[in-house]
Amino acid sequence: MHPAPSLIFFTTFSGLGFGLLTYLGVGLVWPTGWAAFFWFGLGYGLALAGLAASAFHLGHPERALKAFSQWRSSWLSREAVLAAAALLFMAPHAASLTFFATPLEGFGMLGAFLSLMTVLATSMIYAQIKAVPRWNHWSGPAVFLLAALAGAALITGIAALAQLLLAWLALALVAHWVLGDLRFRAAGSSAETATGLGGRGLVRLLEPPHSGRNYLMREMVHVVARKHALKLRVVALICATILPAIMIWLWPAAPAAILAASALHIAGVLAARWLFFAEAEHVVSLYYGRD
Amino acid sequence: MTSLPERTDRKLGLVIDLDTCVGCHACVISCKGWNTENYGAPLSDTDAYGAAPEGTFLNRIHSFEVTPPDAPPMVVHFPKSCLHCEDAPCVTVCPTGASYKRAEDGIVLVNESDCIGCGLCAWACPYGAREMDALAGVMKKCTLCVDRIYNDNLPEEDREPACVRTCPAGARHFGDLGDPESAVSQLVTERGGFDLMPEQGTKPVNKYLPPRPRDRLPEPPANLAALCEPSTEGLGGFLGWIDRTLEKL
Repeated sequence: MHPAPSLIFFTTFSGLGFGLLTYLGVGLVWPTGWAAFFWFGLGYGLALAGLAASAFHLGHPERALKAFSQWRSSWLSREAVLAAAALLFMAPHAASLTFFATPLEGFGMLGAFLSLMTVLATSMIYAQIKAVPRWNHWSGPAVFLLAALAGAALITGIAALAQLLLAWLALALVAHWVLGDLRFRAAGSSAETATGLGGRGLVRLLEPPHSGRNYLMREMVHVVARKHALKLRVVALICATILPAIMIWLWPAAPAAILAASALHIAGVLAARWLFFAEAEHVVSLYYGRD
Repeated sequence: MTSLPERTDRKLGLVIDLDTCVGCHACVISCKGWNTENYGAPLSDTDAYGAAPEGTFLNRIHSFEVTPPDAPPMVVHFPKSCLHCEDAPCVTVCPTGASYKRAEDGIVLVNESDCIGCGLCAWACPYGAREMDALAGVMKKCTLCVDRIYNDNLPEEDREPACVRTCPAGARHFGDLGDPESAVSQLVTERGGFDLMPEQGTKPVNKYLPPRPRDRLPEPPANLAALCEPSTEGLGGFLGWIDRTLEKL
């Protein structure tokens, strides 16, 4: 699949923002006054920046409000509804902590739950797509949820939790890559099933439908840079999980270390998210002579 | 609502005969023509006369080579457009309700004024049947020429999809695949029509008919190369008479 920068930024930063809001809601961190203003501002800022980035992906962003209507059937619509609800229900809690230094626990808990559900809904947009076997697997949602929670724990400096979640994130990433490599074959789609001519012999594309490129090829038949995938996986794993875990273990209370570890983690997650898209093979590529 | 209907009264669709398709792309052109001039945003082209022309098409013809284990390879021209699936994954993913499957005839359509151009439906389709128009920013797909098949202003013989109407080989058939007595259903039964990528679980309405078995060459002549040499040996008729007469001189 085409690794669109808007989608990579959207999933990474909105995930981190909602992870942060989850902790602020359940009370793992309950800052007050200016500190609350800063942390809630960061959470809201990241979540909204991510959502704004996703709007760049739309052909008609001015109609985006219509996307709130189909929550009964569509994960993308559910994500929109959940995101709006999370930001809305978290607001009284955030305002109360900022101006009166008192948490509104009911709003906080509800906001936290909705924040986590938003991240789940984001991941399900991809996991529901059967035509992309690598995505159509539990490991995707696991990576999205753990990345959101681990990143937020790292940023807020909850050292022990961050180390635990980073370890789980590392496992989820490896599972997503290793099991993901087996998914396309397991789905059973091939040029033979795509054309229905497999009973007669081996099928190969002789002539594509047109000499140029098209929307489908750009969007779904992405093959660029897959050859460096293994190296990039190692880099992503080290940056996103191993190095930040070690740094926060060595210097659990040093703001500079937390900042550096967070930056490294975000860079690693961005690389992993690039791979999430770039490595995903769509079955339509079988009609274009690729698998 | 982007939920799929429980059942549809009819299942309108195409039956495409891979045996008779000659790969002329006439259906591609007539489809683009009709759907550019009629319902919805036109199917745009970009850089049409430049180095990298591209365009939106609702119907494309791929050509495949099939190599049986014990026979020479054969070419199969393979038209592909929306299959109007019963369990259409493109419909349920739509966040705005722009994509829907009609309960009355099963046609999968896009309401372009509700489409936000997120592209998720194109990702969800295993067959590549949906293309986002580069200029209009909305999703385009085969409408089964819904503005022809019910159009009382057209002569009756034109009330079928443009691709079917134009196919010079008669390789495309249109009808109700939900009615086992319909001509298209009979054709599917007789010829062993099949689904594309059944493992995707989309239950396509459109069916494909397999190529008929090709003639097999008997044992090739012992010395094939000799047949290619120009020779007058055994030449009959007028030319043979001239050859023999000139030979005698």
